[in-house]
Amino acid sequence: MSAEPKKRESERSGRARRFAALVRKESYQVVRDPSSILIAFVLPLILLFLFGYGVSLDTTQTRIGLVVEEATPLTRDLAASFQASRYFAVVNGRDRREFEDDLVLGRVRGIVVIPARFAADHAAGRHPAVQVIVDGSDPNTANFVQNYAQGTVANWERQRTLEGQSQPPAIAAEQRFWFNPQLTSRNFLVPGSIAIVMTLVGTLLTSLVVAREWERGTMEAMMATPVSAAELLAGKLLPYFILGLTSMTLCVLLAVFLFGVPFRGSVVALYALSATFLMPALGQGLLISAATKNQFLASQLALISAFLPAFLLSGFLFEINSMPTVIQWITFIVPARYLIPSLQTVFLAGDIWPMFARAIAVMFLIGCIFFALAARSTRKRIG
Amino acid sequence: MTSGPNAEVSTAPFVRLAAVTKRFRETPPALDSVDGVIAGGRITGLVGPDGAGKTTLIRLMTGLMLPDEGAVEVLGYDTRKDPASIQAAIGYMPQRFGLYEDLSVQENLDLYADLRGLPLAERSRTFAELLEFTDLARFTTRLAGKLSGGMKQKLGLACALLRKPRLLLLDEPGVGVDPISRRDLWKMVENLTAEGIGVLWSTAYLDEAEACDHVLLLNQGKLLFAGSPQEMTGRVEDRVFRLSGTVGRRRERLARLLEEEGVVDGVIQGEAIRLVMEPGLTPPSLEEPSSGRATATPPRFEDAFVDMLGGGPGGRSRLAETQRPFAADGGRPVIEARGLTKRFGDFTAADNITFDIPRGEIFGLLGPNGAGKSTTFKMLCGLLKPTAGEGRVAGFDLRRDAAEARNRLGYMAQKFSLYGDLSVLQNLNFFAGVYGLSGAKKRERIELMTQIFDFRAIHDRSAKDLPLGLKQRLALACAVLHEPEVLFLDEPTSGVDPITRREFWTHINGLVEKGVTVLVTTHFMDEAEYCDRISLIYRGQSIALGSPDEMKARVAGKDLPDPTMEDAFIALVQGSEAREAE
Repeated sequence: MSAEPKKRESERSGRARRFAALVRKESYQVVRDPSSILIAFVLPLILLFLFGYGVSLDTTQTRIGLVVEEATPLTRDLAASFQASRYFAVVNGRDRREFEDDLVLGRVRGIVVIPARFAADHAAGRHPAVQVIVDGSDPNTANFVQNYAQGTVANWERQRTLEGQSQPPAIAAEQRFWFNPQLTSRNFLVPGSIAIVMTLVGTLLTSLVVAREWERGTMEAMMATPVSAAELLAGKLLPYFILGLTSMTLCVLLAVFLFGVPFRGSVVALYALSATFLMPALGQGLLISAATKNQFLASQLALISAFLPAFLLSGFLFEINSMPTVIQWITFIVPARYLIPSLQTVFLAGDIWPMFARAIAVMFLIGCIFFALAARSTRKRIG
Repeated sequence: MTSGPNAEVSTAPFVRLAAVTKRFRETPPALDSVDGVIAGGRITGLVGPDGAGKTTLIRLMTGLMLPDEGAVEVLGYDTRKDPASIQAAIGYMPQRFGLYEDLSVQENLDLYADLRGLPLAERSRTFAELLEFTDLARFTTRLAGKLSGGMKQKLGLACALLRKPRLLLLDEPGVGVDPISRRDLWKMVENLTAEGIGVLWSTAYLDEAEACDHVLLLNQGKLLFAGSPQEMTGRVEDRVFRLSGTVGRRRERLARLLEEEGVVDGVIQGEAIRLVMEPGLTPPSLEEPSSGRATATPPRFEDAFVDMLGGGPGGRSRLAETQRPFAADGGRPVIEARGLTKRFGDFTAADNITFDIPRGEIFGLLGPNGAGKSTTFKMLCGLLKPTAGEGRVAGFDLRRDAAEARNRLGYMAQKFSLYGDLSVLQNLNFFAGVYGLSGAKKRERIELMTQIFDFRAIHDRSAKDLPLGLKQRLALACAVLHEPEVLFLDEPTSGVDPITRREFWTHINGLVEKGVTVLVTTHFMDEAEYCDRISLIYRGQSIALGSPDEMKARVAGKDLPDPTMEDAFIALVQGSEAREAE
């Protein structure tokens, strides 16, 4: 009578033992295989240092040409505040034509012209204009020069008003940046690069190790044992899930303690977001390796379909709102798109659970789709 | 090696193949309506050249692949309906062992024990037994990747045997293993059959087929023969002869014999010629006693295989006929190796290798994988700088004039170093360019190769899509485009079907008659028989040098009156090990 339940129980313990064996095997391999260590720890460090020290989107000391068409005390005063600005390195001139070639060649990033009428307009109480000429082929810098030139003029106005030398402007917009008051790009680049790092471990490394099993013929030997396809997949996923989180933890510690990036949210939110993100990342890795069964192809596909989108289409480096509409649609299936803003929020602002909940829900959904596809293509069949 | 399946006549078949057909993309199916049975308690050989469909058939038996037509029944289960029950009851060793190279011997065993659900209580006993059985007990902590080919093979077998399977499927267990390990492995498997386990041993080596209890012979996806090897060789009983006393000119003589009526097949065997005749006919030489002596000899599996395929190709080589002869030049050796030594760190891959090869000789470097053949070979190609010693090819010192020397030699590698994505014609053009041919000369040579090897119809096909036999021809054509006076062949015919192999050696024999000098490396005993002289390479050293017949004669004795090349190899290796131990 007790044969049935007993059999079921032994089946369950067999399954647990097989799963444990697969996880143990995978862990040994991670520890012994230099390429795993490289992708999980060395590459993330390089990336983090690159974004922490090397790449900065802050433009300081941008060279501009400053043209003062008529030297009056007033225009000299304004010119002086451009020269004093820490955002600009100023080259002086008397005619904008002097700088036209320089602008084309990129020797200066913009030309600020204080026109001849400036002092007269100012004296007459008319709103005096300053002309800013920028190179539209580099919109980022162009925007920057334009904004900061405006800011410099506004500051100068305010200064004069305070000193009682000028009438206050009718309405003055005062800028204040929350959460990252110095607008230090490192503070949002480093959290973003943690998402890239998890993409590397989750998708690239996973696709490589599964493809390697196909190449070396070990997958075939596994499949001819009583192991089920689900056990095989799960045995692969757990070690790399943990590896991904370890790699993420390392990055966060570095970000906070080495780069001084503020961490205002909670650890719970950080891990909830990261753990959910690893689902689509791992799922995509499995799908790629099951489809290619070849390490070279798998690495190429992982780079193109996961790493590059996480870089380019996630809002990490480029604003999604300024992308063409079609590209914007594509970004909706890029899991990093949901993780990066949330991570930046965890670091710089704090826990905003409604935002996180939405991100987690969407990443979970994409993850489920990848897993379903991967499970379908990893049947216990060859060829 | 056992007397036959008679003792287990009552055993029900473990595997039943019923009209099994499997198609991949290519039009001729990989398996074409194959029927057959595999019984318990004996070794069934799944025999056939590379590409015959052996691996596909084994995968069908594991349930990892399903047939397009027909049915495969294993241990009473249909592979379509119940693959899980099959996988729980079989042991399977795929071609690349299925070992994890960065796991140790013990860790691999633990993993497979867990996966196969070996009860904890039985483990220590089973491990001890298997480790003793495979002689791996000393290496339990060594990483699998650091084991020799033979040891890997044994560990793979141990992993497949962890939970005594009823059926053991071995996919080419004899490949990449030295003859001694291969014999060990065979003995182990034989012991298993005594316990009633059914063993399927797939192989491209026809000598392995002879040792099986039962054979399924596959060729191009079709089952050619099913039965005992004795039944197979019985088909050519009394039709096989050995022609001796033709020293020196035996290649030319073989070529003429093969063109004669009544000769089904012929190959060089050391200093003799082996002939298979039509039923009832005797070799022509028996009528002219001056040209050697013919004696009847026991038939071998390969004789019957070639006979079954309708006989070997003729003896004419149009390639050799168009080759300009190289004059004998005062007996100066064409290839010289003087104390060639190569060390990698503290590992000596090749140790003081010395030999001379005169013009028009076939010289073989024979030895298991990893013995140092390729290292020696690469030093003689000028691809590897020797640590000590010197080599000369066609009179050029390889240290100073490696490029000059390389221009005089043609090279053909086992894996046919062709560009798979280029078409046949593009490959020919490319290799002609590499060897410095241009203009009219290039067009003329390519046209000649196209005619000789019948490439016209396949000019535009990608090299990787060609059948193995055509690849082999193309590789040979590319290697001889520039009429080299020296040919380097790296395991040129291992795994190819016997007809293609004969065709290949007919060309080589013909070229040698015109004064081309040939250096062959091989671990394949049959290929050694085509050589005038061989050097046995073992653990980096040349342990014997001489003609195949001399080697065999050296080890012949009371208990081994007519040793094969493999017997000679094993005896010589054991002799050298015994000397070293002293």
